[in-house]
Amino acid sequence: MQLIQLSDWLLDIAFVLYVLSSIVFVVAMTGKNWAGRDPKQHELKYGRTAYWLAVIGFLAQTGYVVTRWIAGGHSPTSNMFEFIAFLDYCIILAYLIIYRIYKLTVIGMFVLPLGVIMLAYSYVFPKEVTPLIPALQSYWLHIHVTTAALGEGILAVGFAAGLMYLVRTVPQDRATKSTRWLEFVLAVVLMLVGFIGMDSTFARLDHKTVFELNQEQENNQGQMEKMKVEYTLPAIVAPNGSTVVKAGPMTPLFEAPAWMEGKDAARKLNTMLWSVISGLVLYGILRLVFRKRLGAVMQPSLNGIDPELLDEISYRAISIGYPVFTLGALIFAMIWAEEAWGRFWGWDPKEVWALIVWLFYSAYLHLRLSRGWIGAKSAWMSVIGFVIILITLVVVNLVIAGLHSYAGV
Amino acid sequence: MGVWTFMDKSNRTYIRVAVLGVLLVALVFAVYSSFVKDPNAVKVGRDAPNFSLEQLNGASITLSDLRGKGVVLNFWGTWCGPCKQEMPALQKQYEAYKDKGLVVVGVNIGESPITVEPFVKQFGVTFPILLDRESQITKLYRIGPIPTTFFIDPDGEVKEIFVGQLNEDMIAQKVAKILP
Amino acid sequence: MDQRKCECGHANPVGTLLCESCGRPLEQELTAQTGEAAQVGQAAFPDMRYEGMARRSQTYTNTLIDRVWNTFSSVKVAIGIIIVILIASAIGTIFPQQQYIPVPVPTEADVARFYSETYGTLGQIYYALGFHNMYSSWWFVTLLVALGTSLVICSLDRVIPLYKALNKPRVNQHVSFLKGQKLYGEAELSAETQPGAVADKAAEALRKKGYRIFRDGDALMAEKGRFSRWGPYINHIGLIIFLIGVLMRNIPGFYLDQFVWVREGQTVAVPDTPYYVKNVAYHTEYWSEEEMPQKLDLNGGAIPKKFQTDAILYLNKNADLPGAKPELIEVKRGPIVVNHPMIYEDLSLVQSGVQEMQLGALNFVLIDRQAGGKPVGPIKLDLYEPNPELQVGDGIKVRVLEYFPDFIMGPDNKPATKTNLPNNPMFALEVISEKDNVREKMVYLRGTIITQKADSRYTLEIKMPDLIDISGLMVRIDKAVPVIYFGAIIFMIGVVMGFFWQHRRIWVQFHEGRLLLAGHTNKNWYGLRREMQTLIEQTELPIALEDRSKA
Repeated sequence: MQLIQLSDWLLDIAFVLYVLSSIVFVVAMTGKNWAGRDPKQHELKYGRTAYWLAVIGFLAQTGYVVTRWIAGGHSPTSNMFEFIAFLDYCIILAYLIIYRIYKLTVIGMFVLPLGVIMLAYSYVFPKEVTPLIPALQSYWLHIHVTTAALGEGILAVGFAAGLMYLVRTVPQDRATKSTRWLEFVLAVVLMLVGFIGMDSTFARLDHKTVFELNQEQENNQGQMEKMKVEYTLPAIVAPNGSTVVKAGPMTPLFEAPAWMEGKDAARKLNTMLWSVISGLVLYGILRLVFRKRLGAVMQPSLNGIDPELLDEISYRAISIGYPVFTLGALIFAMIWAEEAWGRFWGWDPKEVWALIVWLFYSAYLHLRLSRGWIGAKSAWMSVIGFVIILITLVVVNLVIAGLHSYAGV
Repeated sequence: MGVWTFMDKSNRTYIRVAVLGVLLVALVFAVYSSFVKDPNAVKVGRDAPNFSLEQLNGASITLSDLRGKGVVLNFWGTWCGPCKQEMPALQKQYEAYKDKGLVVVGVNIGESPITVEPFVKQFGVTFPILLDRESQITKLYRIGPIPTTFFIDPDGEVKEIFVGQLNEDMIAQKVAKILP
Repeated sequence: MDQRKCECGHANPVGTLLCESCGRPLEQELTAQTGEAAQVGQAAFPDMRYEGMARRSQTYTNTLIDRVWNTFSSVKVAIGIIIVILIASAIGTIFPQQQYIPVPVPTEADVARFYSETYGTLGQIYYALGFHNMYSSWWFVTLLVALGTSLVICSLDRVIPLYKALNKPRVNQHVSFLKGQKLYGEAELSAETQPGAVADKAAEALRKKGYRIFRDGDALMAEKGRFSRWGPYINHIGLIIFLIGVLMRNIPGFYLDQFVWVREGQTVAVPDTPYYVKNVAYHTEYWSEEEMPQKLDLNGGAIPKKFQTDAILYLNKNADLPGAKPELIEVKRGPIVVNHPMIYEDLSLVQSGVQEMQLGALNFVLIDRQAGGKPVGPIKLDLYEPNPELQVGDGIKVRVLEYFPDFIMGPDNKPATKTNLPNNPMFALEVISEKDNVREKMVYLRGTIITQKADSRYTLEIKMPDLIDISGLMVRIDKAVPVIYFGAIIFMIGVVMGFFWQHRRIWVQFHEGRLLLAGHTNKNWYGLRREMQTLIEQTELPIALEDRSKA
């Protein structure tokens, strides 16, 4: 019991340290030209502080992984909370490796905030240590999920470097297709931030809306009763054919279409709508504050960084992450599937999406190595690749239910 | 150039033809396999898989022992309405053709003799009824909806597979193809 | 015309980018190049992948065979196939595939209805286009074979020029070759400097860095990580082996996918195999609260810990004749647990479902009302193998007249059964006492006994029925799995070789009193630049390294 408490604290400490590290990284990169400073000296000093904050945070998270593993008796990769937190751990690990190779301060300015967002996202899910259901009781759970997460973490660093390349090189003097797409990617990141903010705020406020569905379900006592759905966020969209049992902060504006499957479909749609709305509001506020494109806001901090180096870091991360991902998400997955289900491949949606990620990065590598897609094209692909990974992790788990559907949000 | 001289123009064409040929065979095999989902399925034109089952009241019957006769193999259950309704028609045609070399064999799917016997009596069925207690033969013949009836010729080859309720005319017409 | 003449007089095969003799870039080829290898970031300088060797597919396009060959040899086409498979795969996950439909759909019409009723018009279109069985459709299979074809032909086409390029590293390159490299630098040598001494010094420094040194007089070429260039071929061979494994599953007998339900105590034939399996006992274990690391609010529910069937596997010696009395020999015994299938030779039995607490047998006690409600004896009616007659006590027997496992009143107002499963059993019984010459009929239905006569002598007292678990086992044979794993291992070796190492080459040459330094790598230019900088520092030569890509 105390061990779990300790592991929770360690994770909280890691979170705080990552936030601090992110802030110091931003100061290191944007404060270079503050009056009376030597830019190089400034970057070096703050960059080093930020790096060490990240290292200590990483050690704290290592402590979390170890203590939770011991307390739970299994690797902390068995539900959505544990998996996202572990993925975050892998992103930071990949960052530390890439930093050791290239010693470039600015990578941290992009990767650490990504780490903060991912860790905050994991906090949205139930945090209890649950015992393993039979399907997960296999050492392949540890091997497959940890390797896949490591691969995805390294690919995430490839994404961060690709995004940096774009922020650095897309000309901001006038609006083009490139600037619009770049703003779109940044807005999507803000949607994730918005979702996390909304969800954690409302979870604390306890303004739940409860609906009763027109379908029945057996309860634990073996009696039939109407299914209930609980919304943490205010309800924009109600489940199809439902009645409100406990009213929340607002009355629903419309009902979800009937074809949306599953009792939680409408709630997921509602969450999605709030993410988009809050992300756009955040984006709007930032635009109003800075009075220019967010890409243009970020660009000065990257001035003086060799874009070719960013391109190479992105490619390097992907070329290291690709074999690790293949091994973890496809090969180990196949071996486990062969053992658990007697077939190594079954076209389960999660399997298919892992294959899609793999095919996409295969295309990336061929385009880069054979067709000379370097620079901007390559950077866009690294961004799209990470979006596909996010779809695989989030959308497929939460929207398309399959053999891999974890319990959770 | 040494070892690579075999890549002369004409040799190269042969090699390319050979490689593409192998790949084409792989394609045909893969596509063919995608159409034939179940290679073990019983099909018209193939031999009916042999089996042996106990009769409701009597000794076992082995399908291969019925070579030389036309066999109507009917899979049924007492819970199935259309099976009930086609029973008299099967009985009638069995009586009409049994001297011409026809056997009607009913295979009951997974029921106990206590359930089957009153049913058989009620319909006055005299053709052999086999009990597939563990549904083993039902699985072997890949039975989906019932009734399903196989028309097997004297050589043991499946001539027709019919899913659904049969009437006397239909039976007579199909039996004509399998009489010895 | 099959050959290209270089300025130096050497005749090169068509498709050659750098003269095989002197290394001079061949101008005509550069301008003729439109597709494959041209703009590789190095502006107009030829592709370095095969050090300018001709790639086979680019050479001839006269016959249909050549044209098909060249199509599949193109990386562009390969990428196209990858993208199409990617998009199709994604579309296949929009709605569940037929095998993952959560409700039973026995007929094709049910399948169609499922998609149209659950997902509306979109579902209807999805079904009509055959996307509900996409991954086994002929066109998807064709795409996979096309990818395999591309893998085979691309590899065959490139392996020979690569072999030639790697096996005959040229030490003395043409000056224009060196100047064309992305990393290049030169310096004037002072009169007293010995080119040989500089080359020796450079060779020593590079050897320390793990380079292999090739010398030709004063000219020097240092190379490392050459084997990594084989990575792509090895990983493609791995993929080809993998796909062959996948294809092999279609060979009759190589792959079996079946399912069998086994009641506790039952021994059934494993479909399509000569085996029988017995379910000795099934049990589900739940996590106890003490075992849980943290107190959870489960709302009265429980988290399962183990689904286990204790099973015995038999080989039927009489398997040639299905249905005939089997001759069983025990071959394996043990638990089948999720994630731990029972494996015997190629066969694996996988725990994959259960119907718990199903009626197995009904229990009664026969009561003699005349004797003041005295129990005569117990009666057990097995619902799967009912005995037609039971001896109960002295001279009293019970006969089963009728048995409907899943009772329903038929349309003709006669009792009937809905299925062959004992979901709602109904028995008509007759109690026969020979010594008292009593014959009485009674019926059991839905937990009540209805006697024929209101004042009958005998009646039944209902006891707890026997409840059994029915275990669902997947039956799998997959003989291609070793091939598939082997392919996967080869693939991994290939990608690790290709991506975790780099092929680096550094040339040091002397030309008209100047020292020329050039470097090339297939990836990680950052690392190569650093090594060349170190080399410059160690040789103490005033060379400014240019990065040509930025010009």
